[in-house]
Amino acid sequence: MSLKDTILPFKAWGNLFKEPVTLKDPMREGAARYRGFHKNDINTCIGCGSCEAICENEAIVMVPVEGIETKSGDSGLRPMVDYGRCCWCALCVDVCTTDSLSMSNEYTWVSDDPEEFKYIPGVDKKHWDDSEKGWKKPGPDYSFYGLKRVEMDELKPEERQDSFIEIIKGFSKEEAIKEADRCVECGICTATCPAHMGIPDYIRAIREDNIEEGLRIMYETNPLPEICGRICTHKCETVCSIGHRGEALSIRWLKRYLADQVPSSEYAEVLRSDSIEKINRKVAIIGAGPAGLSAAYYLAMMGYQITIFEKLAAAGGMMRYGIPEYRLPYDQIDKDINYILSLGVDIKYNVTIGKDISLEQLEKEYDAVFAGTGLHDGRSTRIPGTDHPAVYQSIDLLRQITLGEPIEVAEKIVVIGGGNVAMDITRSLARMQRQKYGKVQTIATSLETEDIMPADREEVVEAREEGTVINPGWGPREIVIENKKIKGLKVVECLSVFDEQKRFNPKFDESHENFFEADMVVESIGQGANLSYIPTNYLEKLDKDPRGRIQVDKLTFQTRLPWLFLGGDIIEGPDVIHGIANGHKAAKGIDQYLNKKMEE
Amino acid sequence: MSFFKIETDRSKYPQRDAEGKMQIDLDSGKYVKLWQGPNHPGVTGNMSIELTLAGDEIVEAKTHVGYLHRGFEKLIERRLFIQGMQTSIRMCVAEPDSNEYVYCACVEELSGIEIPEMAKWIRTLILEMARLQALLRVVPGQGGTFALGVGVQWGVYMRELILDRFEELTGARIYHMFMTPGGVRGLLPEGFKKRMEENLKEIDRFIDRIDNLMYNNAVFKKRSIDVAVIPPSWIDKYGIVGPVARSAGFKRDVRKDYPYLAYDQLDFEPKVMNHSDIYNRSRTRWHDLITTVDLIRQIMAKMPEKGVFKAETPNVLHWQIPRGETYVRSEASRGEYGLYMVTDGSDKPRRINLRGPSYNNAIAVLEDLLVGANIADVAAIMVSLQTCPPEIER
Repeated sequence: MSLKDTILPFKAWGNLFKEPVTLKDPMREGAARYRGFHKNDINTCIGCGSCEAICENEAIVMVPVEGIETKSGDSGLRPMVDYGRCCWCALCVDVCTTDSLSMSNEYTWVSDDPEEFKYIPGVDKKHWDDSEKGWKKPGPDYSFYGLKRVEMDELKPEERQDSFIEIIKGFSKEEAIKEADRCVECGICTATCPAHMGIPDYIRAIREDNIEEGLRIMYETNPLPEICGRICTHKCETVCSIGHRGEALSIRWLKRYLADQVPSSEYAEVLRSDSIEKINRKVAIIGAGPAGLSAAYYLAMMGYQITIFEKLAAAGGMMRYGIPEYRLPYDQIDKDINYILSLGVDIKYNVTIGKDISLEQLEKEYDAVFAGTGLHDGRSTRIPGTDHPAVYQSIDLLRQITLGEPIEVAEKIVVIGGGNVAMDITRSLARMQRQKYGKVQTIATSLETEDIMPADREEVVEAREEGTVINPGWGPREIVIENKKIKGLKVVECLSVFDEQKRFNPKFDESHENFFEADMVVESIGQGANLSYIPTNYLEKLDKDPRGRIQVDKLTFQTRLPWLFLGGDIIEGPDVIHGIANGHKAAKGIDQYLNKKMEE
Repeated sequence: MSFFKIETDRSKYPQRDAEGKMQIDLDSGKYVKLWQGPNHPGVTGNMSIELTLAGDEIVEAKTHVGYLHRGFEKLIERRLFIQGMQTSIRMCVAEPDSNEYVYCACVEELSGIEIPEMAKWIRTLILEMARLQALLRVVPGQGGTFALGVGVQWGVYMRELILDRFEELTGARIYHMFMTPGGVRGLLPEGFKKRMEENLKEIDRFIDRIDNLMYNNAVFKKRSIDVAVIPPSWIDKYGIVGPVARSAGFKRDVRKDYPYLAYDQLDFEPKVMNHSDIYNRSRTRWHDLITTVDLIRQIMAKMPEKGVFKAETPNVLHWQIPRGETYVRSEASRGEYGLYMVTDGSDKPRRINLRGPSYNNAIAVLEDLLVGANIADVAAIMVSLQTCPPEIER
């Protein structure tokens, strides 16, 4: 020890005259990234509950909120945060599927009521709701799950444009598991799916590579997975929560992957359908479309004896006779249908109700009747010239193509319509043109402009890739005929399709005309139902809405005639998944009705 | 001077038996049992030491832990891999970032994820900042155990400056939670390096002032030199690591021995001394302060400006990791800090076990080091071992 050691410590006295470093009120502001109190943009939030799922402290609970309704794509729930539990890790912000949840840089909140610290950000107004600073996701690419879809392998335009080979190749196991991994299991899809399929559950089965369990989950709500896995209108994907920041999950292709993995010979074993107890009651089903087949499956699983009456020579309805083979191969339709028929379901082909056998007869012979007869009558634009023999209905042509009947394929074709059926006939005719003439001269036109065209986006893109012209936004005015031969279609610009009340009320700019050359015109603006098999005295008894459409009970699909149940496109839709959902509900409705009848 | 020396009558003290065990007869009335802790200003956290005193000399010491047990390892075993990070940091309050790093690194290693270059640099920066703020407490804190409070107050302010930078970078001051399995949660904010450099300059001045205040202080020297000496033979016997081992002449530093993150690209030499008494242990940490400040400067100069900071990971809500086990180590301010993790293919870890330096230092070494020490030095000895009870009871 030296003198230095005694003197040097006293240098500390040098601080005596310095400014103090302690902070005084008001409190300093939190940093720009500070993880302070939560903020939630409740209009962007869809209530997916991912924040609740990731919270390790169970500090977040999803609760119903007054003024926010449960609707398609929105659970109606909003996160409630409990600051007695929160550890301010902000993983809820990082996982948020819509970017609605963030944090402010506010960190002081004084209250003598502990209950106050449980609050719903965005709903319970706080002074930090508008604060700009605070924790947010570091960027649009930052994510806790894949934002990009696993790309689906499909035939290139040059490989597919002149044949009806299926375009989509399907996922491999690795691809399916990778795609399934992106799911956050929010269940928004289940709520939106008309059939309420257990989508997160079967996606989990894919991740866990438990194919059989996945198939069982699908069959709980949908007995046509091969078909739906190819051509479903996938409302689930439209609302998928991942789709808010990235690309929605390919739910449809995942469903197809599951169904594709199980050979039809193993279905009975996987679905444990070999031990059904038979009930001695008979149900007749009119029409072997999605609704009829779905009702048949669920009734057969309950033990009922089912007879399906089908007008055509094969089952499937619009799925077989409306959808081209390149989207839905016939062998896949057969796979689903054959399994349903293998449950002991009897099917009578080439039987038309009202002609070969009457509805009254069915009423007498069966305990209940379900009719899902679909929309098979094409609607006409009724513009001048539509009575020309070279003006066709798309639905008739598609049926003829399936039946293998020869159809006229002109050199230049115009298709009127912008829906999926219009795209189906456009692309089918384009293929046939290429086979016949070596080139494509098909134009599809619709009232709706491209942004509001009802057809799926990929249908439009693929149709163009195959050489067709899609020219939407025109109102058809006249089919120009010279010397009894069609010259083309005269159109005027369509300014808007719907009025302010969102009713169909197109407005045109008559001064802006256009002309599409054609030798043949195909109308594809929708289909109507043919209910002539229901006798007038029955028809009179049924409930109808002001527009004359038959009304049924929304839960059981029962009509005013207690033994008659209606479903499918004639009631809801039109699409396959509504048909399946209707069939399932009607099956439960029929079961309830017959049980009640027995008790009486 | 021998005139003032008081010769102690050693016959009153307990004698050792043939096996070297102290023979203490508590009924003899010669001894006092005294508990230091579990709540005691001289104990770093909630643990207690059961002391047996003869006069003011400690003849037997026994450490007791269990006052703080929160079962974090078990909690993590019931959480998703993404959720474990927030729990793991709480195993050591004083320096949570080492927990964050070893936890994330275990998850990454077991699931075969390579983190991006940018994330490595930011993690290195965070770990060095964490070391800096921990040392800013413990270095002047050694003076505090001898009632030299002024250094502690300076240190607290310096630490606040680093916490400000932490807040700016990570969004939080203590529990940063900025590393997630796969990388980090953001880049450096605009102007961060400039503000950091200003703080480092102030810390440079602090380091000099502490040198004057503590290491050139007659009282501090008198109280710390040759007190509680750890013989070199104890280092391997007790598994002593970090500054305590380095002060005894053992060059043990995970950053050098098993370089991780960006440490292989940094130029530094951890200080080694050759006599582990309180003074040298504290002095080693003071040298570590200088090294750390220098490392932060190097990191900020060498790190890339921009880049991807997070690797693509499986969906965190159902991240499953195949069967496996790993041990990942890092150098905390106290020494080797490691995490052992076992996974079984599920979405949660099967087993987590933390290896913290305090476990050896505070339970085993402390018991033996206290024997023969003066009661007034207990707190100083404990701080010189830089014990952290939360890390013992995780």
